[in-house]
Amino acid sequence: MERRTFLKIGGGAAGALLVPVFGEAIAAEELMNPVGLAFKKSLADTALNAAAKAGASYCDVRIGRYLNQFITTRDLNVENIINTESSGVGVRVIANGAYGFASTNDMSPDSIANAARQAVAIARANARLQSEPLRMAPVKGVGDVAWATPYKKDWRTVPVKEKAEMLIAANKAGLDAGASFMTANLFQVNQQKYFASTDGSYIDQDIHRLWAPLTATAVDKATNRFRTRDGLASPMGMGYEYFDARPADKVQAAGGVTTLYRNSYDIVEDARAAAKHAREKLTAKTIEPGKYDLVLSPEHLFLTIHESVGHPTELDRVLGYEANYAGTSFATLDKWQTKKFKFGADRVNFIADKNEKGSLGAVGYDDEGVPAKRWDIIRDGVLVNYQATRDQAHIIGEKESHGCSYADSWNSVQFQRMPNVSLAAGKERLTPDEMVKDVKKGIYILGRGSYSIDQQRYNFQFGGQLYYEIKNGKIVGQVEDVAYQSNTQEFWNACSAICDQRDWRMGGSFFDGKGQPSQVSAVSHGSSTTRFNGINVINTARKIG
Amino acid sequence: MKLLNQEEAKRICDRVIGFSKADECRVGISGSRTGNIRYAQNSVSTAGLNENMTLSVTVAFGKRQGTATINEFDDKSLEKAVRRAEDVARLAPENPEFMPAVGKQEYKAAQTFFAPTAAIDPDYRAEVASHSIVAARSNKLVTAGFFIDTTGFETIANSNGVFGHQEYTDLNFTCTARTEDGRGSGWVTRSASDARRFDAREASAIAIEKALRSVDAKALEPGRYTVILEPAAASGLLGFMFGGFDARQADEGRSFLSKKGGGTRLGEKLFDEQVNVWTDPWNSDAPVGTWDGGSMLPRERRDIVKDGKIAALNYSLFWAKKQGIKPTGRPGNIIMAGGSKSLEELVASTKKGIVVTRTWYIRSVDPQSVLLTGLTRDGTFYVENGKIKHPVKNFRFNESPVTMLNNVDELGKPELIGSEGNGLQMVIPSMKIRDFNFTSLSDAV
Repeated sequence: MERRTFLKIGGGAAGALLVPVFGEAIAAEELMNPVGLAFKKSLADTALNAAAKAGASYCDVRIGRYLNQFITTRDLNVENIINTESSGVGVRVIANGAYGFASTNDMSPDSIANAARQAVAIARANARLQSEPLRMAPVKGVGDVAWATPYKKDWRTVPVKEKAEMLIAANKAGLDAGASFMTANLFQVNQQKYFASTDGSYIDQDIHRLWAPLTATAVDKATNRFRTRDGLASPMGMGYEYFDARPADKVQAAGGVTTLYRNSYDIVEDARAAAKHAREKLTAKTIEPGKYDLVLSPEHLFLTIHESVGHPTELDRVLGYEANYAGTSFATLDKWQTKKFKFGADRVNFIADKNEKGSLGAVGYDDEGVPAKRWDIIRDGVLVNYQATRDQAHIIGEKESHGCSYADSWNSVQFQRMPNVSLAAGKERLTPDEMVKDVKKGIYILGRGSYSIDQQRYNFQFGGQLYYEIKNGKIVGQVEDVAYQSNTQEFWNACSAICDQRDWRMGGSFFDGKGQPSQVSAVSHGSSTTRFNGINVINTARKIG
Repeated sequence: MKLLNQEEAKRICDRVIGFSKADECRVGISGSRTGNIRYAQNSVSTAGLNENMTLSVTVAFGKRQGTATINEFDDKSLEKAVRRAEDVARLAPENPEFMPAVGKQEYKAAQTFFAPTAAIDPDYRAEVASHSIVAARSNKLVTAGFFIDTTGFETIANSNGVFGHQEYTDLNFTCTARTEDGRGSGWVTRSASDARRFDAREASAIAIEKALRSVDAKALEPGRYTVILEPAAASGLLGFMFGGFDARQADEGRSFLSKKGGGTRLGEKLFDEQVNVWTDPWNSDAPVGTWDGGSMLPRERRDIVKDGKIAALNYSLFWAKKQGIKPTGRPGNIIMAGGSKSLEELVASTKKGIVVTRTWYIRSVDPQSVLLTGLTRDGTFYVENGKIKHPVKNFRFNESPVTMLNNVDELGKPELIGSEGNGLQMVIPSMKIRDFNFTSLSDAV
């Protein structure tokens, strides 16, 4: 069933309109029945009115129903199948210029009104320690609207047996291809989020995401060595059609070393390749440390982008609001104000985009009711903007919020979270194979591996899943024990080539943690295969006792 | 929302088990009331109260198993959760490794609930924030911090008669102080079950002192140094390793505890003989629930590392049966023995070394050797001839906790650190370690 991405609805007819969209129910599963819109609107109004009466100058209400299904498998066995459901209401207010937040899982009008009053009391208490009142960028109320992740197959309608069998088939393919052990898991998320605010918005959103990570392990007991290779699938904001394994979505890696995937995934094929690669790693040559030109595939580069570009351009970090945990940022306001701060080479352009189809961060509206948008963060290598919410927009001279507010649950307070931040494809025609031809001494890295970066995002160290040595323009074979260490600004200024749009695809982080208490969000980062010249590579092999 | 007492929780468990038509039914209920206050830039940024209760139902038909969770507790919702778990179980393939629910168990309670923590209110939390903010302002510093307190309960039951109910309290405080120009930064962490053991003023003063002392850090060449790791700095590395004490992984040849040719390294000496680590749910510094929620087996006091030798590994019910071993509950805490010396005394006996306040962004680089990478943060100081000489720029390290615990010079006084994201409450000493491997410098403050 093809979903419409934007559904304009009104008043009482809303509930009736949504029912056919959710499709037929599966046996004894009530997961498919959304909470009625009229009911949600009346609950939201109860909170908005109670907050106003208690003296709030602003109030937003989020009524959430969060459904997840997790399937875990190990070799030929299903370890567990877990369905989770969590429902409740979160109320955020501004009173005396400060925020207050309270939540309840009791969906009665009395309880919700009480939460609103509690939020106002907390705001008043917080105001006493507030140095200046909050300034919220304006948002035009949008009335009754709805948005849903575009998908063809709803994961909730696919029988668990079919999903489990797909994972077991992948494990079997891996074991048959030489893995000692296989694991394959499936995470599926559905967030039914209703947002209402005193700005006059009533926004109903239905968000779907999924991810199928797998790991092949090869063991050699004689040498007491083991090596793993994780799957190369990306988590996506789409439906179960991701597992259709359409040939058109398959991409050959440079030198044909493996198959990569765009908007659909062949889990069995990847499991087979993972097993073969893990086995090869047991005897792969150990890397000679030194300077190398790195050719980074999008399946790897997304995490480097996430850590070294996504996080340092979060405005709350820049301002010091995450100083106690996630940290601050080297990309400070004074650097941005010069309009000349060379974050990267001229060819480096980063775009934030909350509309990107299939991405984890795609929504119609953020958790402050701000419509999803697209804007530049780095243009021609220069830092030009940040990621902001309503209360931060004025600090960087913006008239509107970027729409970067997100809460991971009805009982979490929303705050600034990363939108999809992607590296624009190169303007000149270039394929990964052509890119490799220009490399004398290099390493081609695929897949997400070890990642670590300091609290201001200067010094990082990353590893991958697969490393191929490049000598005089040719891929010569797998190498092991590779990690690269660099400084963010030096690294992005060492960017020497970016493949064109034909090679552009997304990777993503399904469980990105931030905040205290910690909240997770999901975000995608797209790129084409990209080269960085003269990067320091260390050897990570060690011997213990 | 009222937290459930033992009788109320028992009633719900009985009700859920009564709804089940499956061969067996396992129930878990957890509920908590969590208050928190977060501040940054010398102002409160958010504060909130969060109440939630979750029911988890796992049922099995033969070797087919399914789980459902829900956070509503009326009869209709309880039955819905059971039916949902049953539907999933009926559709699930058989799991040859399925282990039936355990029979009735005895759980000897630990004291995990403290009324002074349960009584914490918004005024108390505001006072905690205020201690940091007022002290930071008077020192021309900028502070950011987070205080969280939880009062909750855990209940488990199954259709074989298992029942356990435990109420607990917990608090955690972290505070960062930075100079206005961003050239100095200090940090502190505190955990406690009992609020009487927590002093926000004392803790904030440490973060402030470190911020003031860390200004104008000098760059030292990366390389191997003697380090004095504060308990919080050491726990980040050790937590990673103790999370990996799994017998099956070791038997299968995919762990640092695997033996060449097959089997595990149980009984082998892997660390310096000063290293003694055990688990004890009744430990008064880090009391934890006295059952393991997964297997529903009771936890016990047992040695994990004795005089540097591996003394115990964790067995799942399935792996224990396969290996012919009596299974025990997985630990909820890790206690490492130390000495009586304070940090200052460890510094006083050091000719040349580096004091590390905090380690950050630690990730596994190679599970074969437990090689970890990460960085120092918020107070790194150079020691010469028994005295702290000056602050130094932060380092990235690439080091294995196995190597680290072989290079122990001296252990200081243990402190409760709380859980480092691996679910284990840890009591860890400060430690002086030889040849700790710093591989590059970081500009971050």
